[in-house]
Amino acid sequence: MWLAIKLAYRNLIGAGLRTWLNVLVLSFSFVVIIWLKGVMTGWDHQAKTDMTNYEIGGGQYWHEAYDPFDPLSLYDSHAPIPEAVRAEVQAGDMEPMLFLQGHIFPQGRMMPAIIKGIKPDQSIFKLPAASLDTVTDAIPAFIGAMMATSSRLEVGDRTTIRWRDANGTFDAAEILITAIFHSNVPSAEAAQVYIPLEKLWDISLLEGEATVLTFRDSEAERAELSGWVLKPKKLLTKSVDDMIKTKNAGQSVLYGILLLLAMLAIFDTQVLSIFRRQKEIGTYIALGYTRKEVVGLFTVEGTMHAVLAAVVSAAYGLPFLAWQARVGWTMPIDASQFGMAMAQTLYPVYSVGLVISTVLILTVTTAIVSYVPSRKIAKMSPTEALRGKLQ
Amino acid sequence: MHIIRIKNLTKRFPMGKGAFTALRNVSLNFAEGEFAGLIGPSGSGKTTLLNIIGSLDAPSDGSVEVLGQSIGALNAKEAARLRKENMGFIFQSYNLLQVHTVYENVEFPLLLLKFGADKRRKMVLDALEWVGLTDKEKSKPPQLSGGECQRVAIARAMVKRPAMVLADEPTANLDAANSHNILKTMEKLNRELKTTFVFATHDDKVINYLQRKIFLLDGRVDKDETIRPTTTGDHVARN
Repeated sequence: MWLAIKLAYRNLIGAGLRTWLNVLVLSFSFVVIIWLKGVMTGWDHQAKTDMTNYEIGGGQYWHEAYDPFDPLSLYDSHAPIPEAVRAEVQAGDMEPMLFLQGHIFPQGRMMPAIIKGIKPDQSIFKLPAASLDTVTDAIPAFIGAMMATSSRLEVGDRTTIRWRDANGTFDAAEILITAIFHSNVPSAEAAQVYIPLEKLWDISLLEGEATVLTFRDSEAERAELSGWVLKPKKLLTKSVDDMIKTKNAGQSVLYGILLLLAMLAIFDTQVLSIFRRQKEIGTYIALGYTRKEVVGLFTVEGTMHAVLAAVVSAAYGLPFLAWQARVGWTMPIDASQFGMAMAQTLYPVYSVGLVISTVLILTVTTAIVSYVPSRKIAKMSPTEALRGKLQ
Repeated sequence: MHIIRIKNLTKRFPMGKGAFTALRNVSLNFAEGEFAGLIGPSGSGKTTLLNIIGSLDAPSDGSVEVLGQSIGALNAKEAARLRKENMGFIFQSYNLLQVHTVYENVEFPLLLLKFGADKRRKMVLDALEWVGLTDKEKSKPPQLSGGECQRVAIARAMVKRPAMVLADEPTANLDAANSHNILKTMEKLNRELKTTFVFATHDDKVINYLQRKIFLLDGRVDKDETIRPTTTGDHVARN
C-alpha cells in the first residue's frame, strides 16, 4: 500500500497541470461545501440563540387556548398564574406574559397589534424591558425594529393604542415609545407592542393572569400544569430545525453538482489514463505487479487527488473560512422578509466533525469514482498492454 | 545448469471462429549465463515465446519451466513474484515511466522488492554506472535520447541482478552506433554478472553479438546454433 501511495504521488506530481486542474476543482468543492455547511450551522446557532434571548427563553408553558397563528384565540387564552410556579415567578426564574389583541394608530392609520405585558425587571429576555420603568403620563411601550419600520414609529413618539378588556369593552390610551430593539426574530418583533405587565393587567381587568410563562432553565425537569401546555425549548425551535433541514436538502443539490463536476474530472482523467497509459500498465505487470495491484495503484492515484485537494483547500480555504467566520456573510436581500429568525449577516460556524466528514465523504466518493474505470485493467492482457494496444 | 526448459510448447491465439497457432511444438533449454537470441521475421513467434518465458502469457500445450517453476501452473501472484524477483525486461520502445526520473525508473524494481533506502540508492547508482548514466539520474525520459532511454531500461532490468533478462527488439528504435553501445553494455553485464540474456530480434547488429542463435520460422525452431561457450563455461543444449 505504501508503495502504491508513493508511486501514485510520483505519477500525480509528474502529470503536472492535469493533476493540478483536477485538484483545484476538487478543492473548490471542499471549500464551498464546508463554507455552506458552516453558514447553515451558524444560522442554526444564531437563530436559536436569538429565539432564546428574545422569545422563548429556556422553554414555555402556553395557556391551553393559545394559538400564535390565530389572533382570535388571544381573547380566551389567559388564566391566573398557577400556584405551583408562583415561587419561581417571584424568584425571577419564570416570566409571565399576558397577550392581548389590540390596535395602534400611528399617523392616523390603524394597525393590528398584539399587546404584550412584560415585567420591567425581568431578566430572562434581552428585551429592553427596563425602559418601561419610567414615569410618564402615557403608557410606556417598546417595540421591535420590524414594527418600528412598518408603523414608522421612533423612540419618543406617541400613538394611540386600543384594546378590549375582560368584559369586551373597547378602551384606548396613549403610549410612549421608550425603546426599539433589534432581535432578528420576526415573531418577537412584528406587529407587537410591549407594555408593563401590571399596566396591562390593570387596563384589561385580567389581574394576575398570563398567556405564556417562560422559564429560564431549559434543562430542568418540568411538571405538567393543569390548563397549560408545556413547550420545551427543543419543540419551540423545531421550526428552525425544519427550515435548516429544508435548506440543507436544497443545498444538497448544489453539493451534488459540485461533486459531480469534480468527480467527472476525476473519472475522465482515470478513463483517459487507462487508455493512454496501456504501455505503462503492461510495464508495471512485467516488472512484477499483478493486475489487481495495478488496479490498486490507479485507484490510489485517483483517490490521491482528494488528498491533494484537501491540502490545497487547507492552503487557501482555511484563511478564507476563518475570514468568513470573522466578518460573516451578509445576505444581499432583506433577511427580515424571510419571516423567521435570521440575521442579515450570517457567521459560519465550523466544527472538526464538519471538516472531517466533508473530507471523508469526498475522499470515499473519489476512491469509488477512481476504482470503477480502473477495474478494466484487471481484464487487460499484459502482452497487449505492453505493446500499447488499446483493449 | 538449465534455467529455462521448454518442452513441446504450443501457443494458440483465438482468431475469429478458429485459432492462430503462434508456436508449434517448440522444445528448447537455456543454460545459466547464456547470451542467446530468438531470431526470425515478424510473426515467427519470437515475442510470443519471450512473453511465455517471462510468465506474461501461458502455454496452450506443452510445458515451460523457468527456474524450476512451471509457467502454466502459476497463478497471477506467483507469476508476478517470479518476474519481480528473477527477471528483467527490455522493450523495443523502452517502456520507461515517463513522469519518473531516470533514478526513479531504475529504482522501481527495488521498491517492489521492498529493499531499504540505502541499499536501493547504492544499487541504483551502481546500475547507472554500468550504463554510463550517472549524470542523468535526475532527468526524465522525455529529456533523453533513444540510446539513453534504452540504457535506462537496461539499468532498470539489471539493477536487481536478476537471473535472466528478456529483451524484445532492444535495438529496433536505435541507430547503429547506439545499438552497438547498448549491446556492448549488455554483453559486459552478461560476462561480469553471469546474467542470462534472451533476445527476440531480427536485427543483424544484435545477431552478430549473440553466442547462441535460435532461428524461428512460422512458430517452429528452424535452427539452433551456438557460436561461443556461455560465460559460465557450460555449453548450450541443442534441440
